Amino acid sequence: MVETLVNLLVQGVLIGGLYALFALGLSLSLGVMRFVNIAHGDMIVLFSFVILSLTGVLGWSPFLVAIVLIPVAFGIGWLLQRYLLQRTVGKGILPILLVTFGLSIIIQNGLLEAYGPNTRKLSGGAIELAAFRVGPIDIGLYPLLVFLLAVALIAGLDAFLYRTAVGARIRAVSDDPAAADLIGLTASRIYPIAMGVVAITMLVAACCMSVWTNFDPAIGPSRLLAAFEAVVLGGLGSLWGTLIGGIIIGVAQNFGSQLDASWQILAQHLVFLVALVFRPQGLFARN
Amino acid sequence: MTSKPLLLGVRAILALAVLACLAGPWLFDANSLTVLTEFFIVVTLALMWNLLAGYADIISVGQQGFVGVGAYAFFGFTALAHLSVWAAVPLAALTTLAVAVPVMAVIFRLRTAYLAVGTWVAADVLMLIAGKLPGFGGGSGTSVPIPVIKQFGARLGDRIDVFYAMALGLALIAFVATWMLLRSRVGLGLTAMRDNEEAAGSAGVDLVRTRILCFLWTAPFLGLAGVMTALEKLRVAPSASFNITDWTIDVIFIVVIGGIGSLEGPILGAILFFVLRQQLADFGAWYLILLGLISIGVILFEPRGFWGACRRWGAPDILPVGHEAEAHVLKR
Repeated sequence: MVETLVNLLVQGVLIGGLYALFALGLSLSLGVMRFVNIAHGDMIVLFSFVILSLTGVLGWSPFLVAIVLIPVAFGIGWLLQRYLLQRTVGKGILPILLVTFGLSIIIQNGLLEAYGPNTRKLSGGAIELAAFRVGPIDIGLYPLLVFLLAVALIAGLDAFLYRTAVGARIRAVSDDPAAADLIGLTASRIYPIAMGVVAITMLVAACCMSVWTNFDPAIGPSRLLAAFEAVVLGGLGSLWGTLIGGIIIGVAQNFGSQLDASWQILAQHLVFLVALVFRPQGLFARN
Repeated sequence: MTSKPLLLGVRAILALAVLACLAGPWLFDANSLTVLTEFFIVVTLALMWNLLAGYADIISVGQQGFVGVGAYAFFGFTALAHLSVWAAVPLAALTTLAVAVPVMAVIFRLRTAYLAVGTWVAADVLMLIAGKLPGFGGGSGTSVPIPVIKQFGARLGDRIDVFYAMALGLALIAFVATWMLLRSRVGLGLTAMRDNEEAAGSAGVDLVRTRILCFLWTAPFLGLAGVMTALEKLRVAPSASFNITDWTIDVIFIVVIGGIGSLEGPILGAILFFVLRQQLADFGAWYLILLGLISIGVILFEPRGFWGACRRWGAPDILPVGHEAEAHVLKR
């Protein structure tokens, strides 16, 4: 009994790494640019399908494809912010929500037309099946590596935001766009860089997801909701909080999934709503 | 000021359209009546979404949650509790309101963009719970029993007329009630919030209370629209009754394209939507892609939508929600 519970907990924590990867980009766009990208989950799914197509054409491993795509992802994020989302800045929250909402519907239905409704999965090779035992618990090598990647990415992003010159500029614009503008830091030049970084985290999440689990054109929204809950649970503006939020979501899902598939999602939502009632500012809110 | 004759002409056409709708069962065939029934449901949903997003600054992506609650409540009161359908309809509206109160209490801890996703989470929870309720057919749903349906009329033709009248009545009540709300003291605050929220707040509009009122205001109307969807489809199911595409995504496109923050916009948008859908029925997912592209274009270039463009070209305020002061010009 105790063994089963510990096992569920450990596997849930590892899945939490994947959810943290989903949530990282959303945490950045919320913390820095202060908007919710409704198309966040759909963009991750879009990257998964791009990786799927390229692995098919080139015959490479999905991990190699993802590494090669990093500059492309940055470019997509940059262009998206520079030429679409930036047009809505300063007009309140409604326009940007509705633009990303429209984008979400376009991506979902575009993928549906291009790839059909079937579920897909990518093969990561031998690493997917590798596992080792710690006492009574089997730990998959791949989930562990994804978790460590999430930790490394958060550490990297934290260092990028708080220790580099570009990071300082991004934070300056985020804290006070008007004052930053006076010293030559315009939002229209800085935010696209931030969105490029967000898109790279989406690519990493897409790659890890498409090897770990099934995906189809319609799952974007459920990824968005999980990512959103992880961000709010963790506390706004805290990347490490987002990791903890992801872990809580992963554990809740894993315990819920013992009952059935809908309890998996219901448990996730209920943990989020209960946390919202008792700690609306999140666990590790940074002012 | 726009010309009085134009305004009178447009209002005369509007009055004729309403009269034609009232005489619908004598004017239209069964097929048209069914399409119009659906149209009135969508108009109701669009009016409610517009009240929240266009005035109260609550962008809901979870409207389908209350539509589904209304449908399930109606099924519960008729098929399971064996009440008369005419008792079940108002009870379904009350149930939706009762569900909306705790939902509001929890998700109103979130604001602006967070609240938008919060409404979505809440709707997802309501849908998943509906799939777990005993007696409602679980995840695949169940049909509304024939004896319940027969209470609306023994013959199919009669029922089509009754459902049409119910949907028309719902849309009219939703419209008139919302119009009166917008013309009331609360509505004055709402219009101020639409134009500038900070200024409205500092001028003494209680933003929180107004938001709560609007959110709860929409719930019974959404629930009644849900009852109509159950009658139209003759079944309840989590995926159909809580359908995000039909009850929220389409509705967002309708209001955005028609013109957010006006009473004319949602109605115009619904008409455009039904015409467009009829034309693009064979193109599958492409019509949603097209709607997405149009709505992004509208937000970027004409934020007040089709009706906003009409107003700029000189269309009169057909359905004024403001109070115009009489201008007394002194002749010298």
